[in-house]
Amino acid sequence: MPDPMTPLAVTAYTATSAIGHGLAAQFDALQAARSGLRPNDFSSAPLDCWIGRVAGVEDAPLPADLSVWECRNNRLAWLGLNQDGFLDRVRAARERYGAHRIALMLGTSTASIGETEAAYRRLDADGGFPDDMRRPAIHAPHSLAAFVTAALELEGPCLTISTACSSSAKVFANAERLIRLGLVDAAVVGGVDTLCDSVLFGFNALELVSPQPCRPFDATRNGISIGEAAGFALLERIDAAPAALRLLGYGEASDAHHMSTPHPDGLGAELALRDTLARAGIDADRVDYINLHGTASQKNDEVEAALVSRAFPARTRGSSTKGFTGHTLGAAGIIEATIALQAIEHGLIPGNLGGATPDSGCGPQFAWTNEQQRVDVALSNSFGFGGNNACLAFARAEFAA
Amino acid sequence: MSPLRIHVEGIGLWSKQLGNFAALQALLAGHATEPPSPKPAATTLPPNERRRAPESVLLAAEVAGQAVAMSGRAADSLTCVFSSSHGDQAITDYMCATLASAPKELSPIRFHNSVHNAPAGYWTIATGCHEPSTAVCAQRMSFGAGLLEAISHALADRCPVLLVCSDIAGVFPLVEETGCTQSFGCALVLTPELSENTLASLDVMLAPIQGSTDHALPEPLVGWRAANASAEALPLLAALARGHGHCELKAAASLGLRIQLQAAAVQPDHAPSRTAEQVA
Repeated sequence: MPDPMTPLAVTAYTATSAIGHGLAAQFDALQAARSGLRPNDFSSAPLDCWIGRVAGVEDAPLPADLSVWECRNNRLAWLGLNQDGFLDRVRAARERYGAHRIALMLGTSTASIGETEAAYRRLDADGGFPDDMRRPAIHAPHSLAAFVTAALELEGPCLTISTACSSSAKVFANAERLIRLGLVDAAVVGGVDTLCDSVLFGFNALELVSPQPCRPFDATRNGISIGEAAGFALLERIDAAPAALRLLGYGEASDAHHMSTPHPDGLGAELALRDTLARAGIDADRVDYINLHGTASQKNDEVEAALVSRAFPARTRGSSTKGFTGHTLGAAGIIEATIALQAIEHGLIPGNLGGATPDSGCGPQFAWTNEQQRVDVALSNSFGFGGNNACLAFARAEFAA
Repeated sequence: MSPLRIHVEGIGLWSKQLGNFAALQALLAGHATEPPSPKPAATTLPPNERRRAPESVLLAAEVAGQAVAMSGRAADSLTCVFSSSHGDQAITDYMCATLASAPKELSPIRFHNSVHNAPAGYWTIATGCHEPSTAVCAQRMSFGAGLLEAISHALADRCPVLLVCSDIAGVFPLVEETGCTQSFGCALVLTPELSENTLASLDVMLAPIQGSTDHALPEPLVGWRAANASAEALPLLAALARGHGHCELKAAASLGLRIQLQAAAVQPDHAPSRTAEQVA
């Protein structure tokens, strides 16, 4: 097990998803238990399901000097960056540390594949891409991070992490390592994924998409609702912002079991949890809230509920917020990290929306409806295809492990 | 700031022309080399997985298997970083073509094989590895940025790390955008501590790029690098093959990794200097 780590300050964060643009809108929806899911009106061919679509992406073109990066995913990234004063916070960090001393670590599962799909829908007579689609930087999985590094004028390490649905949780680990080694002084982390045919029809082919709004941990759950989102956070050493919320720990582990189903005993998920608690220097009984991965797939929720039951005391609260946002895939890690941070900041445990008839495998830890209580330590679980597991731990500044 | 010191215990390499690192050493020494069989053998994968695995997974597993075998370490003890500029371009082409014509006929297997971390998934399943695994990319900088990630993981957590960087050749029409016309993959086993299996030690400085990072590479290596982003690793692989030298690789658009190979004086007395041929 790793040694406890020196916590990092989360000096700014922001979230944009189907429940709104920015943190205030997100908190308002959580408090009102208002889902952002709606019937699918996105895919290029009809598909009977519900989606978490971000309003206004179509009406928010990139500024002229960034227009070479135009695509839905980068538009959503830009929309997200413009919330909660995040751009100003990054600018201030850039002035303080220098552009090459700030890392950019972003998660995405499909980046701007939607643009490549569009090119294939209207190939030339000779089978090639139409001229206006000849955009190599967009038809690449690094397009998101390449765009954001240009938009934020950063010159430090720049990496795309693409481990499916754990992508934008793992970015916190990448950033912490670079800061710990003194290679950078700060890091912008986050993730963006947008709706596209690849994921809608792909998860449909795996029979994992529900025709109804998703119902995480419900006894009658029948699949996921796919969403889109953008989220970002700025990480610095705690002496830069002693009163800020903190990244207390993180953990990563592999299931070594199956490409698209979790380990039946939640082995990788539990290893990631134990890794997180060790880095945070705490026992499980210090955890007040866990934002669960809770996708509403049969297997994920069964395995994760069992892990919560065996690893945490009854007083620890847990919920999935996929019923609000849908499963935002490569952006799920960062969006749910921001919800965990808001739980600490506002003392709100968001209820597990959609779980009207709780699965019998769920223990007393589940918060089925909103609860108000002080939260000192909050975790967030993110699990991806390929058996890729990550867990994050956040705490308020006054918390002492 | 002082350089980062990292040690290399294993090296894997595969292209249509060279089947392993020993073949690169032979080529650079001016010897004739035989091309490998047209498909990477990827013997680390069990036969049923090998049949199901897409080409990108076979290539990554092939070079990973070579590097791990050379290191003598157990594969399940290695944290792994899989980097690739474009993932599986053949699957991307299939997915986009199918979505354009008959989206509801999309293959579920090809969809789950389309994730960027498919090689990491297949590899950890085949080797029973529960260590952290990741899948990354950074366009033309995928090797340099992946190397920085692997080094930082190895040094921050004092653990051995397997780095794989590979891209298969693209297919029309996508290949016109990716410019990736040849398969190329390589892998390194990197360790924070010197050991009796250390092949070379690297001193690595992360610093803004000043001037050009273009290295004089002998033919045909220049052409390979142009034809595959993962082959940006060649300046380092060539230095490792020669056993000395230095290079600068791009870790980001304006950030370089200046690497100095420390071959001499790092071999413990009891371990004779080993060549790749002896251990391959």
